[in-house]
Amino acid sequence: MIEIRFHGRGGQGSVKASDILAMAAFKEGKEVQSFPFFGVERRGAPVTAFTRISDDEIRIHCYIYEPDVLVILDPSLIGAVPLTEGLKPNGKIIINTVKDPRDFTFDDAENPQVFTVDCSTIALEYGLGTASAPIVNTAILGAVAKATGLVGIDSITEAIKEKIPVKKEANAEAAAKTFEQLRG
Amino acid sequence: MKKVLTGNFAAAYGATAAKVNVVAAYPITPQTTIVEILSEIVADGHLKADFIKVESEHSALAACIGAQAAGARTYTATSAQGLALMHELIHWAARGRLPIVLTNVNRAMGPGWSIWADTTDSISERDTGWMQVYCENNQEVFDTILMSYKIAENEDILLPQLVNLDAFFLSHTSQVVDMYDQKTIDSFLPPYKPTIKLDVENPRSFGALTSPEHYYEFSYKIAMAHEKAKQVIADTGREFKKIFGREYGMTESYRCDDAEYILVTYGTIAGTAKDAVDRMREKGIKVGAFKIRYFRPFPVEDVVAGLSHAKKIGVIDRAVSYGHGGAFFTESKAAMYGHDIPMYGFIAGLGGRDVSIEDISGMVGHMQHQDPENMIWIGVKK
Repeated sequence: MIEIRFHGRGGQGSVKASDILAMAAFKEGKEVQSFPFFGVERRGAPVTAFTRISDDEIRIHCYIYEPDVLVILDPSLIGAVPLTEGLKPNGKIIINTVKDPRDFTFDDAENPQVFTVDCSTIALEYGLGTASAPIVNTAILGAVAKATGLVGIDSITEAIKEKIPVKKEANAEAAAKTFEQLRG
Repeated sequence: MKKVLTGNFAAAYGATAAKVNVVAAYPITPQTTIVEILSEIVADGHLKADFIKVESEHSALAACIGAQAAGARTYTATSAQGLALMHELIHWAARGRLPIVLTNVNRAMGPGWSIWADTTDSISERDTGWMQVYCENNQEVFDTILMSYKIAENEDILLPQLVNLDAFFLSHTSQVVDMYDQKTIDSFLPPYKPTIKLDVENPRSFGALTSPEHYYEFSYKIAMAHEKAKQVIADTGREFKKIFGREYGMTESYRCDDAEYILVTYGTIAGTAKDAVDRMREKGIKVGAFKIRYFRPFPVEDVVAGLSHAKKIGVIDRAVSYGHGGAFFTESKAAMYGHDIPMYGFIAGLGGRDVSIEDISGMVGHMQHQDPENMIWIGVKK
């Protein structure tokens, strides 16, 4: 079983991202589970969401404490909340940022593999959100597919078109672009 | 057909697949999206049912009682304070022998106001005569609603049933759910055809004044229906397996055969406990998990058969009966009377507090090294 934890801010679509990733893996025949941290969401406040993907039945029903993969939709959360807490050794961290993977060090994680991609710019290229609040949840999933190999990009774009009610093509193309532009 | 669904969708689709005739609901917090989804399904014409929007949960159940007495298959959903507001009519539905199915998303009672998982709401309805079942995952929610109508409507039972699922851990969590083929569901659960109903052509009195001469016998018949329900639940579970491939009993054992320590659980904690058992087994600890699905009727025989070989038994309750302990614990302990096995009552996860594998392993550690107590609180901040 692979456990993925999403960290974003209210309004970026982290919860939807966890659902779309689960849907994509389901399309490839996997057992899946996705859920948000159960709270009262506010725009701009830190949001956590979770996805589990497995070949077998998923029985566990608690939060993810030892993730295999971290997906960080907003780099301003780094240092603000304990993002890497519990990350497994050699775990993967995918960050939405203009910076290079080498610009990041996580002292409390054991040998993390860092990947970066500028989802905010890509989201705006496709008209997703506004300059002050780009919606990056769909875009970053292309990068997640590339960095982890958990699901194919075609499953991601199909799942996006099913789960997103508007600008389906633009959202899917943004994901395809981060798949190509991932660094790390 | 398989889909990825939250528990709320699984419940709404379960009621849809059961082809209910009437849905009555009050749509405000602590209500979940279950009835909102159903209102859309009815409005879109995918379910030919009357959707009655009422002004309170009390009225929601009142509407279900009227419709069910008139011969309709009815459904409603609620949570926490909403279930509490129904309380008077919860008694009415059971004593009126109306096989209504109600999905309760287990949420904590306020104040402090909370919308998070806690089973105090449904445990508080223990003595009303309703059957009560607790689900571990979203597939079980869908399946249980189908089986609930079949069990409740059985001529020997005719009692309402409460189908419980943990708030958020199921209600807002997406999982894969197989919804089968509607024709197969229809053959498993044919339309509701009551032999006695409100009918102007054949008038009868429902809920009349009952003197001491008869009330005692009415109560006796409800008690006997609960006893018979144990067999009907088992038979329905076996029939369900034959058709759909998944079997459900009143209880479920996981790696209990050679277990020295057995953890008794219900709801979503039962799933997490299975993973916790696997991890502890890797370390050589002989532990098993025993899930109780039905709280009413209470599966005394299954509990005794499933636990009597254990050296120590722990029971995890996501609710507390103040002044004594968790209800699953006290009832399990009463069932095990005479077996002389130390029993530990753990109170965990109240008001949506997460119960992790580490927490559950800690309980087994506690059982290994401490004396038994009725109320052991996990991770209290002091």
